[in-house]
Amino acid sequence: MSGNAALGEAAVLSGCTCYFGYPITPQNELTEYMAKRMGELGRVFIQSESEIAAINMVLGASVAGARAMTSSSSPGMSLKQEGISYLAADELPAVVVDMVRGGPGMGNISPAQSDYLQATRGGGHGDYKTIVLVPGSVQELTEVVPLAFDLADQYRNPVIVLGDGMLGQMMEPVSFENIKPPKEYPKDYILTGAKGRPARMVRSLLFDTKEEEEHNWKLVRKYQRMEQNEVRYETFMADDAEMIVVAYGIGARIVKGAIKRLRQENMKVGMMRPITAWPFPAAPLQELAKTVHDFFVFEMSAGQMIEDVRLALAGKGRIHFYGRPGGVIPTPVELYRIIGRHYYMAARRKQQ
Amino acid sequence: MKKVYTRPKTLKEAHFHYCPGCGHGIINRILMEVVDEMDLREKAICVAPAGCGMLLYNYFDIDTLESAHGRGAAVATGIKRVRPDNLVFSYQGDGDLAAIGTAEGFHAANRGEPISVIFVNNGVYGMTGGQMAPTTLTDQVTTTTPLGRDPILAGHPVRICEVFAMLDGTVYLERVTVNNPAAVIKAKKAIKKAFQCQLDGKGFSLVEVLSPCPTNWKMGPVEACRWIDEVMTKQFPLGVVKEVS
Repeated sequence: MSGNAALGEAAVLSGCTCYFGYPITPQNELTEYMAKRMGELGRVFIQSESEIAAINMVLGASVAGARAMTSSSSPGMSLKQEGISYLAADELPAVVVDMVRGGPGMGNISPAQSDYLQATRGGGHGDYKTIVLVPGSVQELTEVVPLAFDLADQYRNPVIVLGDGMLGQMMEPVSFENIKPPKEYPKDYILTGAKGRPARMVRSLLFDTKEEEEHNWKLVRKYQRMEQNEVRYETFMADDAEMIVVAYGIGARIVKGAIKRLRQENMKVGMMRPITAWPFPAAPLQELAKTVHDFFVFEMSAGQMIEDVRLALAGKGRIHFYGRPGGVIPTPVELYRIIGRHYYMAARRKQQ
Repeated sequence: MKKVYTRPKTLKEAHFHYCPGCGHGIINRILMEVVDEMDLREKAICVAPAGCGMLLYNYFDIDTLESAHGRGAAVATGIKRVRPDNLVFSYQGDGDLAAIGTAEGFHAANRGEPISVIFVNNGVYGMTGGQMAPTTLTDQVTTTTPLGRDPILAGHPVRICEVFAMLDGTVYLERVTVNNPAAVIKAKKAIKKAFQCQLDGKGFSLVEVLSPCPTNWKMGPVEACRWIDEVMTKQFPLGVVKEVS
């Protein structure tokens, strides 16, 4: 099954009852899958007139109490940012998928990781954050998607699933057995018509600066809870490592191949792979920095996650970097050579 | 003694923030009169706009969401698809529906979403201080057309009802005004009809209300009401533009 289709099925099984989307490569298989599946199930599917309309339909469906999702790729994600900011301000749950492609501008339709900063810094206007999940395989998509819906409901906040063109389009065997029936969350804020209760209003406009500031601090406290409780990551051959590669998503998959080769030549390289890009696994990285001096950041971008690695390490250790922007996918052999070279240089520096 | 006028039940006891002579207060009131008369308080969900109308949630005692500027019809679509049994309407100004939100309004209309749009046309951006709107009349002076709107540079006033009438998804489009008591009664009837269309599941309905904005038109309230009759209705003729039975 392709990653895009698996993502769609995972959403269906997670109780997503509304999907709104606008075509853009490389995520069209998801929109097409949802058109077919949601139709079969009698759920809501709309091919919207734009990404802006899609995210606002999501907002409407969410405020009406439904589990709603939209998906897009980089240029379309820029258009969705307005709506994501409103969702965060209104404290409404939603799942937004970004299958990243090369950029900036129109860029190309090849896989890339160049929307990391847009996704992890809020992306739109105002002081807000979204949880950003960065799965690395088709199977992991089936774990991350139900989690995204649950976290969205739990925190009443949009959650971003940040993939890339490769994850969306590659075919892998996949099992959906791990997906449990959707949990129920209290929905005492939704608009249903004020039947037997006072009228509700959902808004983000607070003219009174005191009120607006209090609302902002309330959101900040929520984001702090997310930072405390929702960090997810995986390590690979990190126990005895002398160099730790930090990579995520498809990038981490390629790095894994490279590390296996490096290990065959007794180079002690391991990996830390964030599963949540925000909140970023800073503490686990700091823990590794107690014994490891060299960190190697690999991204399919000109260098975005490296900012989080720098912030986490705060001057500790040495940070090496290799990036391939523009939709280029390096091979494991290429990474094996580059990481190996840096590993040797680091080892020589230690001897001196 | 016979009571001839009372505040609608679903209109909260709050003071309107609208300027003297503004049409929003009247439109807010007749909307809530219709909600009362059709017994829709427990069914209605309102999508409020950005602009002078945005604070209507301080006055409406019904479930309300404040949407981003221009996105009302898309948000209303999302709500209505989840809750087809509710009455869902958006309240949008001319900048909201006819400029920044044209795509959302147009395509909700084209899909025939069974929602209702209350479209308040006062020919200017009110809240931001009286800039040119898509509905500003030719030669009309605004803060961004200081020499009057020149169609060669700034385009022509948009007739939303007539544009939407071309779309197969629309079932009821009427243009009304609220500049005199008889007109207010007609406007109320039009809103009632639009809501009934929605309740009957017929499709997309829209009521365009020509509304005075004395502050930004730099007129007195009486003069503003006269200006609607004498000037504005020439570009925006009143009446039913489309009705599909």
